[in-house]
Amino acid sequence: MKLPMVNNKKTDPTDIGRRQFMKSGAAMVTVTLAPGVTIMAYGGSAESQANPATRWGLLIDVNKCTKDCDECVTACSKENGWQDTGNPETDAQWIRKIDLLNPETGLEQSLAVMCQHCEDAPCVDVCPTGASFKRPDGIVLVDKHTCIGCRYCMMACPYKARSFIHEPVTDQKPYAPRGKGTVEGCTLCVHRVDVGGTPACVEACNTTGNGAMIFGNLNDPESEIAIQLATYASSAIRSDLGLNPGVRYQNL
Amino acid sequence: MAKTMFSEVKSTPQFWGTLVILGAFVGAAAMSVLYIEKYGHIVTGMNNQIVWGLPHVFAIFLIVAASGALNVASIESVFGKADYKPASRLSSVLAIALLMGGLAALVLDLGRADRLIIAMTKYNFRSIFAWNVLLYTGFIGVVAVYLYMQMARGIPAIWLRSAGIAAFIWRLALTTGTGSIFGWLVARSAYDAAIMAPLFISMSFSFGLAMFMLVSTCTKRLTGQGFNDVLRLRMARLLGVFAAVVLYFTAVQHLSNMYVAEHWNVVKFILLNGGIYTQLFWIGQVILGGIVPMAILFHPSLARKTKPLMAAVLLIILGGFAQLYVIVIGGQAFPLDMFPGLEVSSSFFDGVINSYTPSIYEWALGLGAVALAFIITGIAIKILRILPEATSE
Amino acid sequence: MQRFLTAFWIALLAFGNSANAQDSDLFPDIPKALYELETPHPDDIRINHMNYLRHDRDATVRLGDRGIEFSLKSCIDCHAVRGPDTSFVTIESDRYFCKACHISVGINIDCFQCHNSRPEAVDFSGLFEADASGVLKAYLEEISQ
Ligand code: HEC
Ligand code: HEC
Ligand code: HEC
Repeated sequence: MKLPMVNNKKTDPTDIGRRQFMKSGAAMVTVTLAPGVTIMAYGGSAESQANPATRWGLLIDVNKCTKDCDECVTACSKENGWQDTGNPETDAQWIRKIDLLNPETGLEQSLAVMCQHCEDAPCVDVCPTGASFKRPDGIVLVDKHTCIGCRYCMMACPYKARSFIHEPVTDQKPYAPRGKGTVEGCTLCVHRVDVGGTPACVEACNTTGNGAMIFGNLNDPESEIAIQLATYASSAIRSDLGLNPGVRYQNL
Repeated sequence: MAKTMFSEVKSTPQFWGTLVILGAFVGAAAMSVLYIEKYGHIVTGMNNQIVWGLPHVFAIFLIVAASGALNVASIESVFGKADYKPASRLSSVLAIALLMGGLAALVLDLGRADRLIIAMTKYNFRSIFAWNVLLYTGFIGVVAVYLYMQMARGIPAIWLRSAGIAAFIWRLALTTGTGSIFGWLVARSAYDAAIMAPLFISMSFSFGLAMFMLVSTCTKRLTGQGFNDVLRLRMARLLGVFAAVVLYFTAVQHLSNMYVAEHWNVVKFILLNGGIYTQLFWIGQVILGGIVPMAILFHPSLARKTKPLMAAVLLIILGGFAQLYVIVIGGQAFPLDMFPGLEVSSSFFDGVINSYTPSIYEWALGLGAVALAFIITGIAIKILRILPEATSE
Repeated sequence: MQRFLTAFWIALLAFGNSANAQDSDLFPDIPKALYELETPHPDDIRINHMNYLRHDRDATVRLGDRGIEFSLKSCIDCHAVRGPDTSFVTIESDRYFCKACHISVGINIDCFQCHNSRPEAVDFSGLFEADASGVLKAYLEEISQ
């Protein structure tokens, strides 16, 4: 058999080096059927779009989120390709663990904080070009194609959830493009959620972590997250601002 | 009163020499911008904690001063003080030039300055920032029309007055908008206050007039053309009043914040234990940028002499710069209060006072923007009839 | 001059389907795609791909539509080009699919500041299992010509 060539200007179009390529889209699967026969296929239905009846959210149980565990952070960094480059002040952090100490009682707690996917997101209001936006299903994103890097959203965010990319980036994850001069933050792993998956942090928390995170549709009363929220007390960080975040905390 | 005759300035070696020096600053700024473009903002002192740095301090200073620089023209055409006429054209020119310098600093510091076209074609009308872009470009247009009317022959007085009023209203809106950029930030306790808009208006009056007096004195030195000392003394007294108003609004800003429980810590930070920011506030803004220049400007004889007067003007400018540094950077240095009453720590600098050391590139960009504003003014007075003809007084 | 060249290339590309144009020395040497397309590209892909990309990009990013036809990720996967060391070349290489063309029209796109220019790690190990040494030898011979 023949390897795909460097310069194939004159190669026969019926070259066996070519294989059938299915419809484009996300969630690409590569199957090696037999030596030399590779099929690439894309999953997900073609017409699927973010559903405005849905509102994605997270519920984090602070009692289960222990101080020594940062599986969610590691998983997010691996999934989305941001990492420690040795410059803590300028490195991006889409999700981080914050340790709390109540000086009056001595109670120590620890929790994961990422973009809180607010309903009334200040970052969306202030963005001059509309690059900071909220999807119909409640996920707050940066459209890096129209972000001019003004950082006003970072000034406006009450959670310090956004980072600015200070250096040129190479070798990104193909499904998580990122590059110098734009602002970024937790995407709730849209590329997974759009094809029916869960965010990487939640997956890691439930497999190698302490099972402190639940991901789901807040608008669906049958979903586990909605049932939990309706049954047990929960709170939002800086609820005084009235932003109605999609990320909620138990036992905070 | 004698009719004022305006003319283009004559070429003098000093004039061109000054432009060349200013050009060197602009060149240094251009090189810094290319350098930052190539390596990213990592080469600046800015980081994920201090997201707006020195370029923004320069940009906001210039933009605020731009609207204030127009006041001299407004006094003539809106408030009908004819003796300000010799100074009015320069006032309009300087307003446009300072705004252009400020915008240049703002735009060139963007992470993706190459996407300027997006900034000019896509607007999110809920963003005060987007409104500011429109206010800034509109200001240049309105003032340009106003300047044309000031200069053209046979324009009816009512037109000139209307254009003057339009420009005056526009400049108030512009400064309100600039102040609101900060006033809107509910998450940050240093900024979340309605007082920001009037504070910025008072700052614009003061910084704008100071810049105008600095530039008009320099151009008179360099070209021999300008207005007489009587007018300059009146402006000096006015500047003293403006400086007092700024101090008053600053006091109101901090006093009113003290009554808001969750803002108490940030007031304490700026006024008492904020290190460099506390020093800049008390020594830079209040004493050197406020009380000392006021003493000179209201002094019966000192304010008449050029050197003390220029010292006062420069002190007001530097004090204003210190004030904006404290507002912009001091406000970010103070950590966000996400969990009131709890002690927080993380790998992302939660709960710590953030540090910022501006790099040489940021200084170069900021100073280049100021130089650019002066160059635009210089070119304008060379090719247009901006300054009154030299008179033998 | 730049303008003129661009216009010239567009004209050439638009009618480039004719064999003559392709054989012309002036026509950029565009590397072939790795796979067959199920539905062929529209005829105007050469001159309108940026508009298709832009349109579908907004569908994915803004609306979460993952079934778009013109996904940049798919272009990268299918139009990947192998370098002499058999690994896929990056945008740094002049042989890179998008670049091969753009160089000749003097266009510089910023997409690959963020998008990885190489395909997602595709499992090609199977290619070598059969008769790795033979295939490689033949391949190396071919490129050395
Ligand atoms: C499944 C494989 C596949 C995918 C995905 C694909 N292409 Fe193609 N493309 C082809 C084939 C096959 C041709 C015909 C020329 C060839 O054989 O290389 C082609 C030709 C082209 C040409 C004309 C090249 C020439 O030789 O004149 C352009 C331009 C092009 N594609 C752009 C794109 C863009 C942009 C995308 C992403 C939206 C894309 N393609 C996605 C397979 C693909
Ligand atoms: C067949 C040659 C050819 C190939 C292959 C090609 N392009 Fe292009 N591309 C062009 C031409 C020609 C233009 C300029 C059209 C114009 O100026 O209107 C262009 C313009 C663009 C633009 C708009 C640039 C701008 O500044 O407006 C984008 C984006 C783009 N191409 C993306 C791609 C991507 C991504 C690929 C690889 C998947 C690719 N192109 C492959 C010929 C090609
Ligand atoms: C500043 C970073 C950045 C730049 C530059 C950039 N993109 Fe993207 N792009 C992204 C991000 C982030 C996504 C979202 C990925 C996701 O949600 O799966 C994306 C997604 C896309 C998508 C949809 C996902 C897919 O299937 O590929 C397309 C199409 C696309 N970009 C095209 C382009 C084109 C064409 C250019 C160059 C003109 C470009 N992008 C430049 C960051 C960037």
